[in-house]
Amino acid sequence: MTQPVSPPRGSTDKVPQAQLPAWHGLVARADIRTLSLLGVLAALVVIGGITKPDEFLDTRNLQLVLTQGSVIGVVTVGMTFVITSGGIDLSVGAIVALASVWATTLATQEYGFGGILFTSVLVGLGCGLVNGLLIAYGGMVPFIATLAMLASARGLALQITDGKTQIVTSESILDLGERDSYVLGVPPLVMVFAVVTIIGWLVLNRTTFGRRTVAVGGNAEAARLAGIDVRRQRLYLYLLSGLCCGIAAFLLIILSGSGQNTNGNLYELDAIAAAIIGGTLLSGGRGTIVGSVLGVLIFTTITNIFALNNLQSDVQQIAKGAIIVAAVLVQRRTASTT
Amino acid sequence: MAPVPPLLSMSGITKSFPGVRALDGVDLDVQAGEVHCLLGQNGAGKSTLIKVLAGAHQPDGGTIRWRGEPVVLRSPIAAMRLGIATIYQELDLVEHLSVAENVHLGHEPTAAGFVVRRRLARQSTSALLKRLGHAEIDPARLVGELSAAQQQVVSMARALSHDVRLIVMDEPSAALDPDEVDNLFRIVGDLTADGVAVVYISHRLEEIRRIGDRVTVLKDGRAVAGGLPAKTTPTREVVALMTGRNVGYVFPERPADGVPPTGAKPLLEVRGLAREGEFEPIDLDLRPGEIVGLAGLVGSGRSEILETIYGARKPTAGQVLVDGRPLRPGSVRAAVRAGLGLAPEERKAQALLMLESVTRNVSVSTLSRFSRAGWIDRGAEQGAARAATRELSLRPDNPSVPVRTLSGGNQQKAVLARWLLRGCRVLLLDEPTRGVDVGARAELYAVVRRLADEGLAVLMVSSEVPEVLGLADRVLVLREGRVVHTAPARELDEHRVLDLVMEGSPAS
Repeated sequence: MTQPVSPPRGSTDKVPQAQLPAWHGLVARADIRTLSLLGVLAALVVIGGITKPDEFLDTRNLQLVLTQGSVIGVVTVGMTFVITSGGIDLSVGAIVALASVWATTLATQEYGFGGILFTSVLVGLGCGLVNGLLIAYGGMVPFIATLAMLASARGLALQITDGKTQIVTSESILDLGERDSYVLGVPPLVMVFAVVTIIGWLVLNRTTFGRRTVAVGGNAEAARLAGIDVRRQRLYLYLLSGLCCGIAAFLLIILSGSGQNTNGNLYELDAIAAAIIGGTLLSGGRGTIVGSVLGVLIFTTITNIFALNNLQSDVQQIAKGAIIVAAVLVQRRTASTT
Repeated sequence: MAPVPPLLSMSGITKSFPGVRALDGVDLDVQAGEVHCLLGQNGAGKSTLIKVLAGAHQPDGGTIRWRGEPVVLRSPIAAMRLGIATIYQELDLVEHLSVAENVHLGHEPTAAGFVVRRRLARQSTSALLKRLGHAEIDPARLVGELSAAQQQVVSMARALSHDVRLIVMDEPSAALDPDEVDNLFRIVGDLTADGVAVVYISHRLEEIRRIGDRVTVLKDGRAVAGGLPAKTTPTREVVALMTGRNVGYVFPERPADGVPPTGAKPLLEVRGLAREGEFEPIDLDLRPGEIVGLAGLVGSGRSEILETIYGARKPTAGQVLVDGRPLRPGSVRAAVRAGLGLAPEERKAQALLMLESVTRNVSVSTLSRFSRAGWIDRGAEQGAARAATRELSLRPDNPSVPVRTLSGGNQQKAVLARWLLRGCRVLLLDEPTRGVDVGARAELYAVVRRLADEGLAVLMVSSEVPEVLGLADRVLVLREGRVVHTAPARELDEHRVLDLVMEGSPAS
């Protein structure tokens, strides 16, 4: 038996110097990214506080901001997984709409709270399953498959409602939107968002599922040759996104007390934008739940500040666009120092 | 100082990346009309240096003089305007555009400033291809349809479409067969005769001896020797400069008691495995402790055979058995579960997660072992990865560094560690030392032999005949998808194998 050649002398004592800065660099970069997002959020709070000191910092307003952020936030957590795996889900808004109207038809409402929750989640999972099968086993490009789902789900939602708003009559559902249901001032919707976020973070960072998601997004061929079932993983990811849409639809039903086929309009763009400014790579291989949630909060806060100041939504859209550009530019700068 | 300043003179070039000092004061002088070879281990700074020269990286310090005048290469375009062209190892062609469009990309001949004069572009492309000895390439064809060698010619035509004074070639022969290499050298000769300077990077020392005029050796971001005569400097001296120690082309000894242990049952059996259009039915037995080599040229079906055994390609006929049990054809997961592991040819594209740490690259095939109900025990994962990488003496000895910061040899060790950790019993190695510098190769050979001694069966593919002969116990020689000869490595020599891969043999 032959021993491997011992490594060249100088290399061993060089190790600590070589590894320390690299490690520190990584931590520093992650910090800069999160800190800059927190900075933007803080700046927005200051702007809100200065322009509308009484309204903006009012507890009710802050509760409102968080509640509004919860619906899109849950969608964004699912989207973060999909994007991290190198995919995209354009159908989230349409799935939210379809799930919310399906869960609020008269027939479903007969089953009360449980029926509405069950239907929302099931419709979300069903749509996710179709997306996943088409992409993972049908070999369709995610962009196209989910674009098709966007169109069909919206169409089906319109067909179910005939364009009418479906009012929710279940008391137990409507109660969840009332102030009486707040626990220590936290609305139930926000708690759901928090739970989804925590679970999402744990799954992405601490489980084999999360690791495989990152591997598939970072290098699908390498993942396949390493023995990962890439197709099954992709199927699960779109199922997960569908599940998040189902939960979001349920939250939206509580929030609005109704189901509408126009629900979730442009959620796909908001969710993608929030994930991207949060630091998730659109090309896959790196995702951050914390960043995505901060992205959601930034967007929701902007919307709120503009509404309080009676500014039109067109200005709001322009501001959102500018923030996306600024965030990505900042990230490119931090990334280019790699 | 010479009365005529050198064409290019770089001095004291420094460049740092976070955690890495890639260039630490490098000097490089290139004269017009010479072939200046750049040698160095992976991570020695060659790539960084040529990227600085191409304007793709901005140096932190140092000066660049072009014909004696100090210049700043702010962008690749700036470098191109001076007449510096770079042909990267990974060809940067647009597959969906035609040859002519690729050659003129970014400087299309136009009428009225924006209408592309396609015919003129095609004609000038034809002329360039002719000059390169490849008149058979149709300028109207899509680049994606061409072979690797032809694509390289297109890349070169693109360089020549500018008024080029200096061409940098990064391992141009890596993807070429011997006769294509001859053509490459002829082109290099023509260029230098015209006064063009060539900076030539290669791992193959014999090539440098054939066409090089002078050699600059880089090590750890410094030029340890500049402008050595390429033809007369002894190989041993060059290798010593690159590695900082004296290394012959060392292969580990084979076990004295003879391999294969004749009585042993085969671990891997390949029976009539074939893929139409790629390789003909092949039979192969692999016993524990044995290293079998597949020798052949690019296109002889070597990699395809390996990938089909591994399940990454679906066979059109035949089967693979492990311990006598057939594997599900075309399933990587079945192969991995049965104990197969592949270290593929394109490490970065096919094996590594470049954004991730060494640990995560090593553990990716074994995640379920460190997890309960999907929950990863990161301490156990880290510990196991550390143990596996230590066993292979992977440097640096810290598995939390990003895998992209490792040298080629250590990246290969990370891939091997992945399979070692998995408890793999049959290791498939596709060009195991590709992109691995000469100094690190001996270490990698020793690792492979040690794994075999510990009972693994190894099937390796290499285009370097000495490597197959030196490392393997038994050699299968392939030619155009067919096994033309099988023999113990001891009974073959380089000459014989080369004859076989080129001519085939009635003795098969």
